[in-house]
Amino acid sequence: MADTIANIDQIVQSQSRATVSEWQRFVRTLTQRKVVVFALIIIALTVITAIFAPWLSPYDPNEKNFADSLQQPNRKHWLGTDLLGKDTLSRIIWGARTSLIVGIATCLASAILGSTLGMLAGYMGGVVNTIIMRFMDALMGFPMIVLALLLAGVLGNGMQNVIIALTVANLPGYTRLMCGMTLAVKENDYILAQKAIGSSNLRTLFLHILPNSFQPMIIMISTALGGIILAEAGLSFLGIGLSHEEVTWGGLVASGYSYLSTHPMLAFAPGLCVMLVVFSFNILGDGLRDALDPRLRGVL
Amino acid sequence: MANYIVRRLLWGIVILILVSLIVFFAIRMVPGDPLTLFVSRTQESGFSFTKAQLDALRRRFGLDKPVIVQYVDWISNMLRGDLGESIYYRQDVAKLIKERLPVTLYLGIIGFLLSLTVGTTAGLLAGMRRATWIDNIIVVISYIGIAIPVFWLGYLLIFAFGLKLRILPIGGYTSPFEDFWYSLRQIIMPVICMVLPGIAGMARQMRSSYLEVAGQDYIRTAWAKGLTEKAVVMKHILKNSLIPIVTLLGMSIGGIFGGSVLVENVFAIPGMGRFLVQGIFQQDYVIMQANTFLMAVMIILSNLIVDISYGWFDPRIRYD
Repeated sequence: MADTIANIDQIVQSQSRATVSEWQRFVRTLTQRKVVVFALIIIALTVITAIFAPWLSPYDPNEKNFADSLQQPNRKHWLGTDLLGKDTLSRIIWGARTSLIVGIATCLASAILGSTLGMLAGYMGGVVNTIIMRFMDALMGFPMIVLALLLAGVLGNGMQNVIIALTVANLPGYTRLMCGMTLAVKENDYILAQKAIGSSNLRTLFLHILPNSFQPMIIMISTALGGIILAEAGLSFLGIGLSHEEVTWGGLVASGYSYLSTHPMLAFAPGLCVMLVVFSFNILGDGLRDALDPRLRGVL
Repeated sequence: MANYIVRRLLWGIVILILVSLIVFFAIRMVPGDPLTLFVSRTQESGFSFTKAQLDALRRRFGLDKPVIVQYVDWISNMLRGDLGESIYYRQDVAKLIKERLPVTLYLGIIGFLLSLTVGTTAGLLAGMRRATWIDNIIVVISYIGIAIPVFWLGYLLIFAFGLKLRILPIGGYTSPFEDFWYSLRQIIMPVICMVLPGIAGMARQMRSSYLEVAGQDYIRTAWAKGLTEKAVVMKHILKNSLIPIVTLLGMSIGGIFGGSVLVENVFAIPGMGRFLVQGIFQQDYVIMQANTFLMAVMIILSNLIVDISYGWFDPRIRYD
């Protein structure tokens, strides 16, 4: 008898340990693959660079210094300078800030707006669903960069307008996700129970449906972030959206074209940054999916 | 099946109408009317309009009519093949697009076929030889392909093959009917830029759907009854794992038009993408409107074809 109790104790203990270490298990699965750790380091470095840009950059990114025009990489200017003598390294450091601000703001705005619309469509059903989802289908008819180009072209230059343009272009993904999640969660008995005890629609939406959709949302945000940064770089490369005072990686690549044969670093370095950051966010997205959704582990 | 096709077609029409509304009202979002954009751009270059000139322009482009009438006019003209007159070029937009669309389609179709064949083959290979060096290489390349900025890849290629090795022309476009070999050499780099993201996406999707199907019970049964690897892979896994690829096809057409915007600007190719960007710089709303709408129409039509063929491939879809 005492044995059995001890046994049960053991089992209970081991089980409670398992629940306590839920976070640890998440961290362990996430960091299992070395490439995810690499991605996390790149993202952390980018975030730090973006926050501390004023202190980290050796020169003012817009400071013209004609004496140092078109320098090759050297000890004074690690990545060289452009025609006006602006330090490439400093400009890349400030570019990180622009990329991350646009990326994060767009991601949050489209996640909030998109998931609200998606929840509405899924929860209300009927005409509301039809209107919202067909509108999203129509938005999906445009390639993301074309829709963003059109909107940024109409709205004019400015960071705010780029964020608005990219947000609209990114809405459909979130709306579809949330609509699907809401429809799935709505069928559960505990939602019926909620209705039976007379709780309001808003309460059901925000306390039950939203938390249940949290995981796929996190995964989607991380993956979408890479795509948004890539799209912003594309817009800046074309010279549409952000004004010339704003330092952007895409803009830096574009202005490096004329000096490609003599000063390739001007175009190479900022493009490499875009690739590394986008790569890292995509890898992180996959890592998060593996850690949060065991069913898909290793398949994608 | 007929019922399914009719339903899809009707929804397609509804979505096309919505797309036309989005394009039309996005351009009229600005305070004033679309001409104010054009005027503000010309004023920057030191040219100004008098009030009478502006009014004449408004009448000429039909902007003095109520918005609803403008929309109906736009749609009915478009159905008759009239895309309006460009403010900047003072030419028929349909004629301008007729010169540019074949270029984008030519590159796009080559890119589409390449990404389909190379992408699925690579994905299949990776799936079949999971966790070997082949799989690892393909997975890494596909991650890079999705993350690489195509315009930057273009510059890398121009630097290596155009400027250093001097074996490929760095840009421009020649019709293949004019000088086939030169045209071929000219499109090598743009096509690489255009297809890399498509190949990467396709390979990833193919790999994951192969692995998903390969884990199914009926595949274990196929192995258990002693079929050869060839029979299992070709007959049982491949056929089923191609189904999600079909949905990706419609999306990859969108990717081609999206990619064309950047690639055509890198390599100075006179296609739809470059035309759109120029139209935005010139603030020519007639071009912006016609160009984006046409792109969306082509994407939606190809998605429609994909949807219908999907219903044919996978009968379960029809009864939704």
